[in-house]
Amino acid sequence: MDNTNTIIKVDNLQTSFFTHRGEVKAVDGVHFDVPAGKTLGIVGESGSGKSITSLSIMRLIESPGRIKGGNITFNGEDLLAKTEAEMRSIRGNKISMIFQEPMTSLNPVYTIGDQIAEAYQIHQGLSKKEALQKSLGMLELVGIPSPKARLKAYPHELSGGMRQRAMIAIALACNPQLLIADEPTTALDVTIQAQILRLISGLQKELGMSMLLITHDLGVVAETCDYVAVMYAGKIVEYADVTTLFKQPKHPYTVGLLKSLPRHDIDQDELQVIKGMVPSPDDLPEGCRFAPRCPFAREMCVNSLPDLRDQEEGNQVRCWIHTDEWDGPEVNVKDDYDYGYRTVEGTES
Amino acid sequence: MFIYTLKRLLQTIPVLIGVTLVVFLMMHLIPGDPAQIMAGERASEEQIELTRDRLGLNDPLPVQYATFVGNAIQGDLGNSIRNGRAVTTEIGTRFWVTVELAFYSTLLSIFMGLMAGIISATRRNSPVDMFIMVFALFGLSMPNFWLGLMLIQYFALNIDWLPVSGWGSPQALILPVITLGTAGAAIIARMTRSSMLEVIHQDYIRTARAKGVKERYVIYKHALRNALIPVVTVVGLQFGALLGGAVLTETVFAINGLGRLVVDAIGQRDFPIVQGSVLVLALLFVLVNFLVDISYRFLNKRIELD
Ligand SMILES: Nc1ncnc2c1ncn2[C@@H]1O[C@H](COP(=O)(O)OP(=O)(O)OP(=O)(O)O)[C@@H](O)[C@H]1O
Ligand SMILES: [Mg+2]
Repeated sequence: MDNTNTIIKVDNLQTSFFTHRGEVKAVDGVHFDVPAGKTLGIVGESGSGKSITSLSIMRLIESPGRIKGGNITFNGEDLLAKTEAEMRSIRGNKISMIFQEPMTSLNPVYTIGDQIAEAYQIHQGLSKKEALQKSLGMLELVGIPSPKARLKAYPHELSGGMRQRAMIAIALACNPQLLIADEPTTALDVTIQAQILRLISGLQKELGMSMLLITHDLGVVAETCDYVAVMYAGKIVEYADVTTLFKQPKHPYTVGLLKSLPRHDIDQDELQVIKGMVPSPDDLPEGCRFAPRCPFAREMCVNSLPDLRDQEEGNQVRCWIHTDEWDGPEVNVKDDYDYGYRTVEGTES
Repeated sequence: MFIYTLKRLLQTIPVLIGVTLVVFLMMHLIPGDPAQIMAGERASEEQIELTRDRLGLNDPLPVQYATFVGNAIQGDLGNSIRNGRAVTTEIGTRFWVTVELAFYSTLLSIFMGLMAGIISATRRNSPVDMFIMVFALFGLSMPNFWLGLMLIQYFALNIDWLPVSGWGSPQALILPVITLGTAGAAIIARMTRSSMLEVIHQDYIRTARAKGVKERYVIYKHALRNALIPVVTVVGLQFGALLGGAVLTETVFAINGLGRLVVDAIGQRDFPIVQGSVLVLALLFVLVNFLVDISYRFLNKRIELD
């Protein structure tokens, strides 16, 4: 993690929702950077805080949510200190976002052309005509067939895949330095997923953008990302470059995710999944948040939360197993991991 | 769009047939003999028989209906019993007064209702929102004639700014329009608020914000246009209700509109006038509904032509 050409640096980000039931810590002390021109994947199950992290970067958290603390540095500038007007000139211009739901993310009463053109009108002060001209170019770039006709089409006239392409066109219109793609393919048919993913990562390289790719699919990460942050219940539990992560996963949660990937090389009767559920952010365990589901968990895991520590292999891992304080038998997480849901053992051994 | 308009226009035909049929049958459904009613209570047998002949009441029903529709199309709705003048002339002048009153009142409802609804929605749960919603509840629950009387009492009698009654001058328009417009404004405000609140949480609003759109445009360009779709229906219904429901207000302000004409005609058993007025109002209702559907289609691109 070299600071010299880091495009965005997120430092101890804390975003909470203040509901009548109390504070919900959706994002609780997240750190990561994205080097220029690289792709960072954020993986984690539903509810782990991936979307809230990306919306925090865009400063689009709505009430009752609030960014409670931390720093977000974009191109050396402190995003959290920006005024709303300054943020607006960044959104859709220098940082863009693609959302998960192509079916509902486009405004149903405006044409595709109008919706792309708006970005040019806002950020480059172009006239409607010039803006539409450039929008046409974008539709060609994202591979929409008969782009001239599509310019005048309304969202409901397009398929899910085409709408997501239109969303990509909107996001990339102003040549952003950072693209945040929040599960851009989850809602699409499997065959379309691969196409859209290839399109996004192709354009990312072509345009030299940095990308934050949010997904719960490690297969997607393997194909497109340079670095990976594994998120669990509002915290990052493991961070590594993609090769290291797949070769030497250290956190039991990462290993669990990897082992639950469908495999094509062997016949599988059933897909193995991590037992249990992500704890709700309004009722988080006191110690390691993964402890209740972790096959290696011991009393220390339940009692206190480890921090993110550098490993020899280059990973950063938040797990007691990889510390000197670990009081259990030696484990090789990758080999010893099994799916049995275990209750917490005492310090016998 | 053209094809849709045409299709929608064709769809009004069965409605029109139904409307004319009902209005036509009114004559035969009311208790008593229409000829007897028309000829007057003290008419002799021969006079009644003559009237029956003149009205074509001895013809078979389908023939009578055809004659009725045929005459109506040619602008002949019969003559008033009371003064013998053509029903169409009688209705004519009054009709425009009522339409004007309904039109300005609806305009006021739309303007006030939209403003209040948008402010309420964007400042949800704030004191402003609560104030507007309480006020809207008042506007809804206040009877029109009472509001009219209160307005006359204050603005016309106490401070003498505006005329007590009458029609014609812009000043005379103000109080009746406020009287009729408030209830509609309240309904539209509540409708706009709930519709806006629903739209504002849609994904495409987040997309607009992520694009860098100014909050003002997020509301007025991206949200409002979608939020208006259900509001248009309410506006149409509102206008329709005002046409028929302005009777009390017309009475309070002594305005010679269609509402008063009908009430007077009922009192005088001037049957052709009642029949003609109901027909005209019904036709107007069909027209308003047609216009609502067209603008609906204009706002909502998702309506498919089946
Ligand atoms: N408006 C809100 N009010 C209260 N809590 C919220 C709100 N929005 C999000 N949260 C909480 O924040 C947590 C993280 O949400 P987030 O949308 O970031 O999850 P995610 O990792 O993106 O999941 P998914 O894969 O389902 O998109 C959720 O578990 C939820 O409890
Ligand atoms: Mg999400």
